[in-house]
Amino acid sequence: MASFVLRRLGVSLLVLLGASFLVYQLVAISGDPLQEYRESNRPNKEQLMQARINLLNLDVPAPVRYFMWLGGALKCVIPGKCDLGKTLQGQEVTDALSAAIPSTLQLVASATILAIVIGITIGIVTALRQYSALDYSVTFMTFLFFSLPVFWVAVLLKQFGAIRFNDFLADPTVSVGVALGIGIVAGLIWALLLGGTMRRRLVVFATATVVTAGIIWYLGWSQWFSYPGLGPAVIAVTGAGIAMGATALLAGLRNRKALYSAFIMVALAVVMELVLVPQLDDAGFWLIVLLGLAAIGAGLLVGWLMGGYDRGQSMKIAALTSFLVAGLVLLDRFMQSWPEYFKATRGRPIATIGSETPGLDGDLWITGIDKYAHLLLPTMALILISLASYTRYSRASMLEVMGQDYVRTARAKGLPERTVVVRHAFRNALIPIATIVAFDIGGLLGGAVITENVFSFKGMGQLFIQGLSHQDPNPVMGVFLVVGITAVTFNLIADLTYSALDPRVRVKA
Amino acid sequence: MSDQPNDTIQTRQRLTDELDSLEVAADLKGKSQAALVRKRFLGHTGAIVSLVVLGCVVLLAVTSVGIGPWHGWWKYSWLDTPPLQNGGKPTLSLFPLSAGEHPFGQDTVGRDYFAMTMRGTQISLLITLTVGIISAVVGVVFGSLSGYFRGGVETVLMRLTDMVIIIPVLLIGAVIGYNTNSGILVLGFLLGLTTWTGMARLVRGDFLSLREREFVDAARLAGASDRRIIFKHILPNAVGVITVNTTLLMSSAILLETSLSYLGMGVKAPDTSLGLLISQNQAAFSTRPWLFWWPGLFIVLICLCINFVGDGLRDAFDPRQRKIRLRRMSETPHDDVEGALLAAAVVSPGAVRSGWEDDAPGGPLGETPNEEHR
Repeated sequence: MASFVLRRLGVSLLVLLGASFLVYQLVAISGDPLQEYRESNRPNKEQLMQARINLLNLDVPAPVRYFMWLGGALKCVIPGKCDLGKTLQGQEVTDALSAAIPSTLQLVASATILAIVIGITIGIVTALRQYSALDYSVTFMTFLFFSLPVFWVAVLLKQFGAIRFNDFLADPTVSVGVALGIGIVAGLIWALLLGGTMRRRLVVFATATVVTAGIIWYLGWSQWFSYPGLGPAVIAVTGAGIAMGATALLAGLRNRKALYSAFIMVALAVVMELVLVPQLDDAGFWLIVLLGLAAIGAGLLVGWLMGGYDRGQSMKIAALTSFLVAGLVLLDRFMQSWPEYFKATRGRPIATIGSETPGLDGDLWITGIDKYAHLLLPTMALILISLASYTRYSRASMLEVMGQDYVRTARAKGLPERTVVVRHAFRNALIPIATIVAFDIGGLLGGAVITENVFSFKGMGQLFIQGLSHQDPNPVMGVFLVVGITAVTFNLIADLTYSALDPRVRVKA
Repeated sequence: MSDQPNDTIQTRQRLTDELDSLEVAADLKGKSQAALVRKRFLGHTGAIVSLVVLGCVVLLAVTSVGIGPWHGWWKYSWLDTPPLQNGGKPTLSLFPLSAGEHPFGQDTVGRDYFAMTMRGTQISLLITLTVGIISAVVGVVFGSLSGYFRGGVETVLMRLTDMVIIIPVLLIGAVIGYNTNSGILVLGFLLGLTTWTGMARLVRGDFLSLREREFVDAARLAGASDRRIIFKHILPNAVGVITVNTTLLMSSAILLETSLSYLGMGVKAPDTSLGLLISQNQAAFSTRPWLFWWPGLFIVLICLCINFVGDGLRDAFDPRQRKIRLRRMSETPHDDVEGALLAAAVVSPGAVRSGWEDDAPGGPLGETPNEEHR
């Protein structure tokens, strides 16, 4: 095992060296760094050219220049000694990178996590209902999303998700027709989701249409879009739904102890909403994180105290419920600051470009909303296009597992279908997906070049593109180095996870 | 129960049914692997419809504005600048169906947007095709050599693959973008040289499992040369993986090309491509939305069709995912035919793969996770 890892790391290092040499040469032939001066007619043209030649060592041939760069890059092994050169603007590449990495992570991480969670859920559900109307429509949608060019989606999102939506928010009234339209769409989705006989589908469709249209119309009528909020009642009802759902999925509703511990957590959350949240006006970021952890901890504790024959299950369910409901409470608190934010952005809350409103000043809640409002569109674009592959993968994987003999055995010994699906099939279906997820996480830092470009997000992709279009080798190499190292590391992790999860696969020692 | 008269009829009916199915099963025996695949593919409605639509798009793009010296049947070329009519609004209408003077409208200087979109479609399709062919060929060569010979050859080839994987495709775009006079085929060729890695890995995985099979041993014992074993025995069995991945590769290639052109690194003016059209016209979305809609719709249409065809091919070559349904259906005797069909396919070598052989994740005919176009 250790020798496998060491050998892989050694080989990866060689691969990285080779690739970085190639990349450096490619950057060198991708343009003339002196182009802008050659075309200019400034009096001190010669001087400027000489300065740039000195800065980039252009008097040395490119292959030799690579080794000069490598000399600096190798010092990165010693902390604090890193020398990746300077950008054309004279900024240290290491500084530029350390500014770009967090911003990229912010953008890509949430999108990837959401895409993975949503994609896997959809994939599993469609696999369980293979060849249903739901399956066909989801398959079509995933293929459609898969075929969308992200820059095209981005422009559409900007137009309809930001510009039109902001226009709507300026005067948030919902006409009966619009409410009914949204209701019908929701009704169709619910009917597809719940399935069953034609009669049942019709009933579901009618109920969902009426209820959704009613809610939308009520929200518009009560000025909810200007002054949004959830309030204890909505939190309690949604929380109860979450508690039921989590229990039904993970333990079965017959497990009363689990169900009750989940309900206790919901009740606690409602109490917190009434008691604790008003005290949080000046809260800092870490306090929120701490409270989130406390919510999980409280869930574990309550589950443990409930005891019963399967403590672990109650703890898991209570912690999950508690975390989700705490999220609702947090959302509610953010919503309370919405009117203030709305005013601060002069009525255009959803942003089309950048990662924050320049000059915006405010407490955690205001800046938090600002961040969401800027991340909303790029995240949606990224989710849309990466959802498809996760859905397809998990569907295929789940179908494969559901046809296995051990699933038949599990059914034959009389286990309820829920246990068969969740415990026997789902876990095994996740194994191949885990590898893909590891690969993707490895590629995260590369950023979403085009998405960042369209939304003017100052991340790694932007740094890379800027460097390329100005024939600036150092930032390009810096980005490449970071991306390459993470990719190689996560490839190794993917292989190791695979062999850890599936004992049938062994790494070659 | 048996003394009721209509029960005999039922029994007879069932017997004839079974006889029928037996006959069909006997008939199946004679079918080759290719015939089975063809039959399954033709049964995939989505794939067939997509194939037809794709064919129509290609035909429309090629004949309307023509290629090379041939002018095509459309009255404008993508370079003409007729006077602007009605602010360049599209004249296409469905009720009554008529194309009008400029069905897709005109751009800001009056060029006919239908002709431009068609020209863009041509270029994008051409690049897609080139990328598909080049990367399929390179990928198959790398994958089969390393999978078949293993040892030193494998190490060198696979490390080379690893190296190409981490080289960003955008860089290639930038290099081509700098040398503006290099043609469209060069762009396709160079892009193909960077996108073959997924194919190489999958083909290698397939070869690794196939080379351990008995029929390969038999061929070797009979004195077949390496070349003969690769071309006659293993490659035909890997054709499923190769075809499916080539289609998927092409669908991601069209997105890659349009993305590069969008960033100003692929196709350059005065020539045009679908991505370039969008990039040139995105700012005009609020005033002339059609300039933005048409090229985008064509990208989505082409890509969607290719994806569906790929899906149909995957189902045709590897029917394992259909198992669950077949099992349910086989409760009625008549559907045993399809069960027999499945069994025949599973027994035949091309359809069976030993799953997670080495480090080829993503399933036997897995979609290569291609996030390049993000």
